[in-house]
Amino acid sequence: MSAPPALDLDVTLRQGDFDLQAQVTAGRGLTVLFGQSGSGKSTLIDLVAGLKRPDRGRIAVDGVPLVDTAAGLWLPPHRRRVGYVFQEARLLPHLTVRQNLLYGRWFARRHVTAEAPTLDSVTDLLGIAPLLARRPAGLSGGEKARVALGRALLAAPRILLMDEPLAALDEARKAEILPYLERLRDHAGLPILYVTHAVAEVARLATTVVMMNQGRVRAVGAPGTLWSRPDLMDLTGGAEAGSLLDAVVGGRTADGLFQLDTAAGRILVPHLPPHLASGARTRLRIPARDVLLSDRAPQGLSALNILPGIVADVREDADGSRVVRLECVGAPVLARVTRTSADALSITPGQPLWAIVKAVALDRGS
Amino acid sequence: MNDFGFGPDEVAAIHLSLKVAIWATLASLPPGIAVALALARGRFWGRDLLNGVVHLPLILPPVVTGYALLLLMGRQGWVGKPLASIGIVFAFNWTGAALAAGVMGFPLMVRAIRLSIEAVDTRLEQAAGTLGAPPVWVFATVTLPLMLPGVLAGAVLAFAKALGEFGATITFVSNIPGRTQTLSGAIYAYTQSPGGDAGALRLVAVSVVLSLMALLLSETLARSVSRRIGGMS
Repeated sequence: MSAPPALDLDVTLRQGDFDLQAQVTAGRGLTVLFGQSGSGKSTLIDLVAGLKRPDRGRIAVDGVPLVDTAAGLWLPPHRRRVGYVFQEARLLPHLTVRQNLLYGRWFARRHVTAEAPTLDSVTDLLGIAPLLARRPAGLSGGEKARVALGRALLAAPRILLMDEPLAALDEARKAEILPYLERLRDHAGLPILYVTHAVAEVARLATTVVMMNQGRVRAVGAPGTLWSRPDLMDLTGGAEAGSLLDAVVGGRTADGLFQLDTAAGRILVPHLPPHLASGARTRLRIPARDVLLSDRAPQGLSALNILPGIVADVREDADGSRVVRLECVGAPVLARVTRTSADALSITPGQPLWAIVKAVALDRGS
Repeated sequence: MNDFGFGPDEVAAIHLSLKVAIWATLASLPPGIAVALALARGRFWGRDLLNGVVHLPLILPPVVTGYALLLLMGRQGWVGKPLASIGIVFAFNWTGAALAAGVMGFPLMVRAIRLSIEAVDTRLEQAAGTLGAPPVWVFATVTLPLMLPGVLAGAVLAFAKALGEFGATITFVSNIPGRTQTLSGAIYAYTQSPGGDAGALRLVAVSVVLSLMALLLSETLARSVSRRIGGMS
């Protein structure tokens, strides 16, 4: 028998004018619930945590049913063993950091196995050992976020729920937390359900993306696939649209550029974030507006990265510009061009074109 | 105490006042917290009615409250009679003074506690729930500690009110020296007798000192609690 999915839900909920109908099956790794505010992604995570009740449906985590309205089953939040990391951290102000971290430990004592994280391993992982005696009021936003994460981990959860845990933090604090989340995703074996509307977080963290819009699931898939679909461009970013490409960090060229191998070809970048060593896997984002198109192999250009491809699809955007999807050896690259340019090149599906990539965003816009 | 020249009835009155106020405060805390919780969080039919009944002693003339207590809790009262048969007597007893003082202070206590409950962030309670804490635990480890400043404030208000209660007490349990005569009753008795000014002033001074001490104690406690909660206002 194959292992049950980490999360299996099929729910409907009506709240005033808002109507949520979602069916999601997610495996291991980090599943991002992506969508604008009001899309129902936070409601969905609250349903899993038991902070909201569905009108109808069922929710199971790791094969354990939490809700099944048909069978009259509804577990209260404290019996679900979900680790919930809230956007505002929600640390208990009258307890020390240590007491906050251990708050859920007592209730989880029957589920603490030998592999379960200990106070020491969690404080090491998150770098919060020096904070143990302090109280939440004296912590910075980044420190609070890490303590909240540690507190959820120590409660020995079946699944980790994170509701925009980085939204309240500035860029520097985000950069402080992201590596911990990556480590958690890659090494803890704990399924993570992660709510965000930030493409940079999707690019860096997501294994799978569930794209939500107006209370419905619009699409589910790998980030690279979803971000290359022109029919999802209203959700994947509009003016900020771009393609996501999986990449492996290669060596350096003689003149010091870093090589990134993607399915579309080799991309050269002048800088790499320090955590990316040779052989590391990463995901790069190519904003559609930073891609030029040429109908012949360009020469004498200052741009570093030129990828050959075949036009797969041309779509008119709301502002009249054209978004062209180019299949570059199997990996899609999106380019935004003006209508005039599109007409001048008479772009049609099947036509060979060259994509000239002006800028590449690696992880957090470096 | 006799070093200050207090007569035996005056000492008895001071003792009784303190005993009555302490008992009135301690005994009304559990129901005060329960009623405040019901009013702040509960959604039930008759909540407004409960709110009104709790506030009655605040708006009724104290004499009316005292008379109502006499009717209800007196030796022949609807509640007092069955209680008397098992040996619990309120009428013309110090326990009756404590009951009257407690009832009069109850609305003040409930108001203060209710405000502090409404200030508790329910999202913190939700967070504790997702960490595995059952509702009773959440109340004991999150709600109660966070509402503690309000509980203290309510207790001090009730204590001060109990210390100064006069109208309902004298109506319910009379003003018997050494038995039901509290500080207020003793001061009143002095003012009604010729040449009682000196005695009245002595007891007034005691009254002022006791009230100030209660206030100072509560301020100190409140400060240490908010320091412990850390940066919460």
